[in-house]
Amino acid sequence: MKKITVNDNILKWEENMNINVILQRMNYTFRMLVVKVDGKLVKKNDYNSTIVYPDSDVKVIHLISGG
Amino acid sequence: MNTSEMKSKHKLLKDYSYELGEIEKGYTNRTLYVNLSNNEIKEKPVTQFMKDKFIGGKGFGLKLLWDATKPQTKWDDPENEIIISPGPIGGITQYAGAGKSLVVSLSPLTDIVIDSNVGGYFGPFLKFAGFDALEIQGKAEKDVIVIIDGKEGVVRIEEAPEEAVDSHILAEQLTDMYAKSENKKNFVSVVSAGLAAENSNIGVLNFSFYDKKRKKVRLKQAGRGGIGSVLRNKKIKAIVAIADGIKPNNVVDLDAIKECGARFNKEMRELDDDQCRMKKEGTAHLVEIMDDYDLLPTKNFKYGSHKDIMNIHSSVWRSKFTQNVFDGCWIGCTMSCAKAVDGFELKTGPYKGDKVIVDGPEYETVGGLGSNCGIFDADHIIEANFYCDTYGIDTISFGTLTAFLMECYEAGIINKEITGGLELTFGNKDAAIELMHQMARGEDFGVIAGLGIRKMKKYFAEKYGADINFMNDIGMENKGLEYSQYVSKESLAQQGGYAMTNKGPQHDEAWLIFMDMVNKQIPTFEDKAEALHYFPMFRTWFGLMGLCKLPWNDVEPVNNAETDEPAKVPEHVANYITIFNAVTGLNIDKKEMIRQSERVYNFQRTFNIRRGYGLRKHDAQPYRAAGPVTIEEYESRSERYDKQLLENIDVNPEGKSTEEKVAILRKYKEDMYEQLLDAVYQRRGWTQNGVPKISHLKDIGMDLPEVLEIVEPLQ
Ligand code: SF4
Repeated sequence: MKKITVNDNILKWEENMNINVILQRMNYTFRMLVVKVDGKLVKKNDYNSTIVYPDSDVKVIHLISGG
Repeated sequence: MNTSEMKSKHKLLKDYSYELGEIEKGYTNRTLYVNLSNNEIKEKPVTQFMKDKFIGGKGFGLKLLWDATKPQTKWDDPENEIIISPGPIGGITQYAGAGKSLVVSLSPLTDIVIDSNVGGYFGPFLKFAGFDALEIQGKAEKDVIVIIDGKEGVVRIEEAPEEAVDSHILAEQLTDMYAKSENKKNFVSVVSAGLAAENSNIGVLNFSFYDKKRKKVRLKQAGRGGIGSVLRNKKIKAIVAIADGIKPNNVVDLDAIKECGARFNKEMRELDDDQCRMKKEGTAHLVEIMDDYDLLPTKNFKYGSHKDIMNIHSSVWRSKFTQNVFDGCWIGCTMSCAKAVDGFELKTGPYKGDKVIVDGPEYETVGGLGSNCGIFDADHIIEANFYCDTYGIDTISFGTLTAFLMECYEAGIINKEITGGLELTFGNKDAAIELMHQMARGEDFGVIAGLGIRKMKKYFAEKYGADINFMNDIGMENKGLEYSQYVSKESLAQQGGYAMTNKGPQHDEAWLIFMDMVNKQIPTFEDKAEALHYFPMFRTWFGLMGLCKLPWNDVEPVNNAETDEPAKVPEHVANYITIFNAVTGLNIDKKEMIRQSERVYNFQRTFNIRRGYGLRKHDAQPYRAAGPVTIEEYESRSERYDKQLLENIDVNPEGKSTEEKVAILRKYKEDMYEQLLDAVYQRRGWTQNGVPKISHLKDIGMDLPEVLEIVEPLQ
């Protein structure tokens, strides 16, 4: 199985997997996010167009809110 | 009876005239002392020492309360005080969220110091009237109001027999009474509690402001720890502040503050709709998010999500809240999150049939009065929110203690006979609201519920032979204060963020769940300890200043993601430092900001120790905060817990009964928490028993003789 890592969790890689797909798969519905793929920041406007490849390390940093 | 007739029944007990004075660099340089036992009123100077060490707000409250009480003073002794202080930044109007008051007292729930942060106009008006803090001591014989008239320069204590006690009526009456005309009503602010505050330990203070657009009095709550019960125990019906307009803080550099404010306001205009939607939904925007991440407490914190979430989803609140009106709880707050439901028709209780304005509900209220009690009914939550406010009780404590009672009921610890007929099962909204009305009437089982979870556990064990161990596991309190509404089971750091707090488990010291559980940014004990040092210290700072925490991180600058530490929102931290320096003329930096808080934080810890608490054993948490207590709880998320056994403890779950697995997981989780305590105490400069080390106190400049006297024998 081809895979990626998202916040240290293993996730099955899919063809044409973009950031929005990853957020959906992880059920990350919070809006205040900082996304980095292999250390490189991905801006919100680029979530759809950023395709992630197998073995990528994705960090989806949820900022604090409410609380 | 109209308000003039009511006023004619007042009996003046004392009046005191004073020079109004000016605010200089954020301070008026004096506090106001009122004693209701002997009707003494006097001014006290604010010394440079007080400003250097305690800054203002909560710091001033702690210092004044320490000096006024003995270690043995109880919450209902005349000696106990209620102190309200706005802090040096409090009252400015050029930056969002600068109108908060900090209230400090000895709590009936915890027997230690409680501090609570609240909006409304009272704090700024107190400062405009000439005082950096109000300190009320003693007990009146009959119901009184205290009036601080910042127009005339007079403080009065008056017996007030005719006014209502419930806040939504009382605040309207007093606003009418003390405003010279309709267009001056926004210069009157009232602090009050309500009938249930008299009969319970979970009373709140309502701080009012007049909403000119709606022509209605609005109420914001100093919610935690039962300060409203202290107010009513002192026989105070209300405290009224009257302002003569908005006074400048006479700051050193107004332009610098304005520049920060303009940048922040632009963020709110351009980014709020895509970020937290505070202007439209307030903190209720969090409800379904918490549900998605299994963090929304459901059925007494057993679970973190529920299938009926759509009934209390933020879109429901958005449709109930009046939109496109300014909802700031102080002037200039463009975050404007103090949402309200207008024209709500009450279905129960003494005001049944009335159409009222309801302030909120906020996220905590939805969680407490709703999901945590297994109730997924928006109108019930609004109704219960209204009654909590007007009766003067805390939605968080009421929610958490009702959830505890519901679990006790379903577990057979209590029954219909004990509850006097209330069928307190999860989801029974009629029983929940009747419990609240009983509390207000001081009748029946409502009186027992009003004791709070800690005292109820003892009562049920002694009177009915209930299993104390089980109740300790499921009773969501620490230090005697009920938990606020987040499930902390999967975040060790948040377990510390709750149970290692000074006042008890309120999330305003640290909210680390995403950092820890979702982002996995703080994997080691050292990382968690660092977070449990930085965030509580940083967030304490808001309480020293008179600031609201929400504008710090409920909108974030567009380039925040590109900064080194986005979780800290560096640009907003820089704004706060700029504003503090611009108000006071001082020149602090990020490091000194944390130091200011550390001094006060360690003083508060020492205050707890002085009262016989504040040690490691007092930072213990109920097991429900860390893991599954019951079989059904484990089995509802067995995949997750089985994985934890396998990966974290190296135990193969196969072939083991659920009881065995619960026990193994528990041992592991309890051990992790002990290790966390070790790491955090070390980072905070405390001994392994949780006592501030003398060397640390020296380091931060808080080695005051009275503090050393307490900690020295415990080194
Ligand atoms: S952000 Fe909300 S709670 Fe804070 S001051 Fe503004 S309106 Fe009040």
